[in-house]
Amino acid sequence: MAEKKIKIIVAKPGLDGHDRGAKLLSRIFAEAGMEVVYTGLRQTPEMIVETALQEDADVVGLSSLSGVHNYFFPKVVELLKAKKLGNVLVVGGGIIPLEDIPTLKKAGIAEIFGPGTSTDTIVGFIKANVKAK
Amino acid sequence: MFNEKDLEKIKAGKKKWTEGTLAKTLSKAPEKKAKTTWSGTPVECLYTPAEVAGLDYENKLGYPGEYPYTRGVQPNMFRGRFWTMRQYAGFGSAKETNARYRYLLGQGQTGLSVAFHLPTQAGYDSDHPLSMGEVGKVGAAIDHIGDIRILFDQIPLDKVTTSMTVNAAATVLLAMYMSVAEEQGVKYDQLGGTIQNDVLKEIICRGQYIYPPKPTMRLTVDLIEFCQKYVPRWNSISISGYHIRESGSTAAQEMAFTIADGIAYAEACAARGIAVDDFAPRLSFFFNAFTDVLEEVAKFRAARRVWAKIMKDRFKAKDPRSMMLRYHVQTGGVTLTAQQPLNNIVRVALQTFATALGGHQSLHTNSYDEALCLPTQGAVTVALRTQQIIAEESGACVTVDPLAGSYYVEYLTDKIEAEIEDYIKKIDAMGGTLTAIEQGYIQKEIQNSAYLFQKSIDSGERAYVGVNKYTMEEPPVTDLLRVDMKVGEEKAVELKQWRAKRDNAAWKKALDKLREVSKTDTNVMPTVIEAVKAGATVGEVCDVWREVFGQYRPKEFIS
Repeated sequence: MAEKKIKIIVAKPGLDGHDRGAKLLSRIFAEAGMEVVYTGLRQTPEMIVETALQEDADVVGLSSLSGVHNYFFPKVVELLKAKKLGNVLVVGGGIIPLEDIPTLKKAGIAEIFGPGTSTDTIVGFIKANVKAK
Repeated sequence: MFNEKDLEKIKAGKKKWTEGTLAKTLSKAPEKKAKTTWSGTPVECLYTPAEVAGLDYENKLGYPGEYPYTRGVQPNMFRGRFWTMRQYAGFGSAKETNARYRYLLGQGQTGLSVAFHLPTQAGYDSDHPLSMGEVGKVGAAIDHIGDIRILFDQIPLDKVTTSMTVNAAATVLLAMYMSVAEEQGVKYDQLGGTIQNDVLKEIICRGQYIYPPKPTMRLTVDLIEFCQKYVPRWNSISISGYHIRESGSTAAQEMAFTIADGIAYAEACAARGIAVDDFAPRLSFFFNAFTDVLEEVAKFRAARRVWAKIMKDRFKAKDPRSMMLRYHVQTGGVTLTAQQPLNNIVRVALQTFATALGGHQSLHTNSYDEALCLPTQGAVTVALRTQQIIAEESGACVTVDPLAGSYYVEYLTDKIEAEIEDYIKKIDAMGGTLTAIEQGYIQKEIQNSAYLFQKSIDSGERAYVGVNKYTMEEPPVTDLLRVDMKVGEEKAVELKQWRAKRDNAAWKKALDKLREVSKTDTNVMPTVIEAVKAGATVGEVCDVWREVFGQYRPKEFIS
């Protein structure tokens, strides 16, 4: 029996327009056999969680390069939990200072991938940590 | 440049060398992988006059300050005056940013460059729900004319030139700037500077769009037309390849798609009935500089030649200034690594060197900590000093276009020129730049280059110091510039007071008038000026146009 495809939402929270990484990873995830939904820009945490709900997502990948991660990322996790989607794996990437990572992890973001991370590392982490539903 | 007889001799000589001297070395120590430029163009072991045999000196290179400007737009370039050293800066409140500006001017910086926070760029006030978490983060929080007053406090606007990075909302911010200048007693025609006003690249790759292509282009041309009449020293657009390159394009694509945008703006101005020699001298450009020095130099030279030809042949420009590709450069943000950040100082120095050898008009150098956060003051100082060292000590500025005549650089210049012209032909065949953007062609070309680049890094085929080679464990950097969430809270309180304080009747009248004018073909600039003087905020003016023009929602192209 074919393995169920991992469904991932790639999202750009806030007004940040830097989407090179988000689009690149969307392609990489698709090539790695995942089903990918890219939200486009200017997403509020509510919009992202709504998409995750509608799409029955396994993973939400958040990308931020404008310094709003400490506000947006935990908010997304919080809203997912409120919608009983606590099982969804949340990962993030972008310009995120290393010293912010412990707090983000405590808030429920499973991993943060900074600039220069190889795409194999990201795909590998998601495949290893996605939760069965 | 070479006579037939000499060329034959050189061709024969190179063949003999390739099959003899070189082959002998390669048989003992073969080259492990194909050599390319950073953009992926294959590069040969050796360049000789044979590879640039078609180089017609008088027509293709000529003399600096003369058509086709391959060698530079000014006759003596940096021998007369260095470029404008202009650091893009802004964070937190208008007050904090004003302090950074005065510090930079005190350190020998010669022009200002305003970074607005994302809400201003996207046309939202700081207290809008979409502004949550963004206030003051990547630029100064500017909502109204009062903020602009504080931003330029004690900075004489007739003495400095200012560049403003704002596009879809450009008319609003320029209106505020001109009005504050007026308050300082400075007349419109004394103002010098640049406003980015390039909405097409926002749609292609930068993401700070507000309105659909047609009405947003109308605002762009309104601003250009107004400046041409009343603010003659102002560069009314900065057609930007910088962000195209940051999004992953090659060097040739950066120039090709920027020039394609330039053609679209020139056509829009012509359609408005402005004569080419009335608008073209004020079209300015903005490019990136990466670390592959020679490829970058070739790119700049090629673009100058292509643009001059286009303005002369396609748009029938007569004024030489219409044909000059004048540009600002920013070193490549995306080339900086979060790993071993001090290495970035070296990258920025090489990029600055490439820029100077390429012959630019103004430059921003990135700070070494920008892959981590907004630059700290110490890092900004090193970045500015890098420009000063290249200008004063490197020897790049003592003669004009010093790399001209290098067989390799001339070969690359021709190659990039041909690539640019190929793209322009393709885009023309599609029906022009707007159609190419609409179809996602330009976006997909850029994304594909980004993908190929990433693959070459992941596979280790291309070495990136500190990223996939020469890596090491290092402690996290902690001395980072942080913008407090309090800036947002304070700004929300301030906005409330601002709205309560202004003359409500005058404010409403101005916005109503703007709404009516926007529905006609009349240039909006005078009415925008009235509105901002009546206290209208960036968000309020932009909301009027959201109502009249609608909002842009892009199709997402993933390739």
